[in-house]
Amino acid sequence: MNLVLFIFIVLLGFTSYYFGRKKAYTIQSTNKRLTALPQFYGYYLAIWCAIPAFIIYSLWAIFEPTIVKLLILSDYANQGYLDDELNLIYEKTKALSRGQFTGEVTSFIQTSSEKYLNLRSIAQSSKVVIVLCIIIASVAYAYKRISSNNRTREPVEKFFNAVLFTASLAAILTTVGIVFSLIFQTIDFFKVIPLFDFVFGTHWYPAKAFVRDSSEALDPTMYSDTFGAVPIFAGTFFIAFIAMCVAIPIGLMSGIYLAEYASYKVRQYAKPLIEILAGIPTVVYGFFAALTVGPFLKDIGTAMGLEVSAESALAAGGVMGIMIIPFISSLSDDVITSVPQSLRDGSYAMGATKSETIKKVIFPAALPGIVGSILLGVSRAIGETMIVVMASGLAANLTLNPLESTSTITAQIVVILIGDQAFGDPKTQAAFALGMSLFIVTLCLNIVALRVVKKYREKYE
Amino acid sequence: MIKISAKNVDVFYGKKQALFNINLDIEENQVTALIGPSGCGKSTFLRCLNRMNDVIDICKVQGEIVINDFNINDKGCDVVRLREKIGMVFQKPNPFPKTLYENISYGPSIHGMAQSKQEMDEIVEISLKKAALWEEVKDRLHEPGTGLSGGQQQRLCIARAISVQPEVILMDEPCSALDPIATAQIEELIDELKKEHTIIIVTHSMAQAARVSQRTGFFHLGELIEHGLTDKIFKNPDNTKTQDYITGRFG
Ligand SMILES: Nc1ncnc2c1ncn2[C@@H]1O[C@H](COP(=O)(O)OP(=O)(O)OP(=O)(O)O)[C@@H](O)[C@H]1O
Ligand SMILES: [Mg+2]
Repeated sequence: MNLVLFIFIVLLGFTSYYFGRKKAYTIQSTNKRLTALPQFYGYYLAIWCAIPAFIIYSLWAIFEPTIVKLLILSDYANQGYLDDELNLIYEKTKALSRGQFTGEVTSFIQTSSEKYLNLRSIAQSSKVVIVLCIIIASVAYAYKRISSNNRTREPVEKFFNAVLFTASLAAILTTVGIVFSLIFQTIDFFKVIPLFDFVFGTHWYPAKAFVRDSSEALDPTMYSDTFGAVPIFAGTFFIAFIAMCVAIPIGLMSGIYLAEYASYKVRQYAKPLIEILAGIPTVVYGFFAALTVGPFLKDIGTAMGLEVSAESALAAGGVMGIMIIPFISSLSDDVITSVPQSLRDGSYAMGATKSETIKKVIFPAALPGIVGSILLGVSRAIGETMIVVMASGLAANLTLNPLESTSTITAQIVVILIGDQAFGDPKTQAAFALGMSLFIVTLCLNIVALRVVKKYREKYE
Repeated sequence: MIKISAKNVDVFYGKKQALFNINLDIEENQVTALIGPSGCGKSTFLRCLNRMNDVIDICKVQGEIVINDFNINDKGCDVVRLREKIGMVFQKPNPFPKTLYENISYGPSIHGMAQSKQEMDEIVEISLKKAALWEEVKDRLHEPGTGLSGGQQQRLCIARAISVQPEVILMDEPCSALDPIATAQIEELIDELKKEHTIIIVTHSMAQAARVSQRTGFFHLGELIEHGLTDKIFKNPDNTKTQDYITGRFG
């Protein structure tokens, strides 16, 4: 029913567009000068048709349940029920009306549920009527406006402006919302676990927090030495470092090759091929790392007499590096290509060879962009989850040996939030604290990136 | 004395021929102006002289270009050495995004011309002085070259070109992006430079060609129509096309 109404409004919108435009043509045929192109008349009418209707429609959808609930529960008022009990009654009523109620049916609830169904059907039909009335009224109003050849361009432009503004506002508000939820949970976490222990503690062992019986009172001393984040911060940066050791040289060199050396033909095929790497799902990289690279490294290591864990930082970091190659390669290719040809000509005309030109002129000129692409790669590396979870283990070892397993912030968040968890539990909140740290790190990285880029800009412009 | 002599030069961009059988001798220590309507192949010819056409994939050059008794289109020609001997200044000033100092020292360091920092300082100073830029920039040698005005940038590019003491300097419309005062400065500079260098300049300004050059070549549709002493070309050309172009009747 709702869907039908919805589709109906959309159809009406299209129809009124058509009529608006047609009206414009009729005005035009009387040799009057239009105030805007005919399609603006159409848009104007369509907007007036659909928007008020949708607003009423959505408001209705929001308030109908509340009002129905109030009406139903008014029967039970002044009978000494608690709020919780009233809620239960209401839920039972709804369930019964849907025919999903299995318990014992009292006559009270029976009546309520009949009333409920009744109210719903009244609401439904009045909604249709009201929405239709609104449509008729607003379309009539708008039609009158365009008939008197009123301005239509400005309102339509304003409308599109408003739509775009709302879209960006929604994006910003979501971000703000996420940040705030992170902040509040993080603050709660630090009420139990001292910030100092979190930032400087060297033991990360959240599983210990599982042992607590939830009916017991929270005892902070119990968590000392449980949430020390140093090992996972170290692990995060260590794995990102390994990844960048792979990605920066290969990515940069292939970017330079594509931009400066490759012939048009080679470039045409090589560039999309490299970009395919970026399209591989990270899970696939993950099992490539866990099932191919990890065991392979272990075999080599054992052959050389080294102790290699099957889940090693090297395997995860190396594969992560491969994943990041296309970002660095294709971004640096773009910045290098956008260095003006006149600089190349200038350098060649001085007798510089190709490699000298690249090293001394093109690379410095492209550096801000290249640094930017590298920092982008770093923040990908820090935020990458799947490869680490699958290939580097979940135990938070504090180690700088690439052959051992380590864990990262993202992997630990996964560990914490997989399976049962209770809100308000320090263990769950630890995930928020980790998320917050990740957010802060990435933010700092971005700020640094912007600074660096700006500094070079100033130098070279 | 003849410095450069082009013999039967044809240039193709892909299948399209841009220059047809050009024969032109360039006199040493003189300014030779190349004039002609847009698209007639002046830049293309200029770029033949330091093999800058190599940079363009589809460009093919045929014929002989003899400089110092040596055909630069020979296989054995060392392009790096050639471009050290033949400098180039472009239409749009194109200083590198480096400091003024680094802009000038770029060429000498590539060709290993300075053994010490002191020598390099000297080269930079001399080049800037020759380009009549020294007084204006001597206190800001370590600021970016891109921070100069257009005219200063173009003189910086000239200083860059002369830093390696080339025998020939090619200039492709060096004043087209400049105002009259900067143009006058550069013209003065060209007059000065011709004492030590052979200069070939492409220009769209008849007045400029008349002012700075001793010899002039007129190109039209990829052919060299007429060349000779500037005075003669401007006052009494043999070819009616030249006459028409100079008096502004076409192009
Ligand atoms: N890179 C190129 N690829 C293909 N064709 C080119 C290229 N450069 C020049 N041409 C062609 O060669 C011909 C001569 O061009 P050139 O640039 O030498 O003319 P020009 O005399 O310098 O003109 P202008 O005075 O406008 O600079 C033109 O027809 C042009 O279209
Ligand atoms: Mg040209």
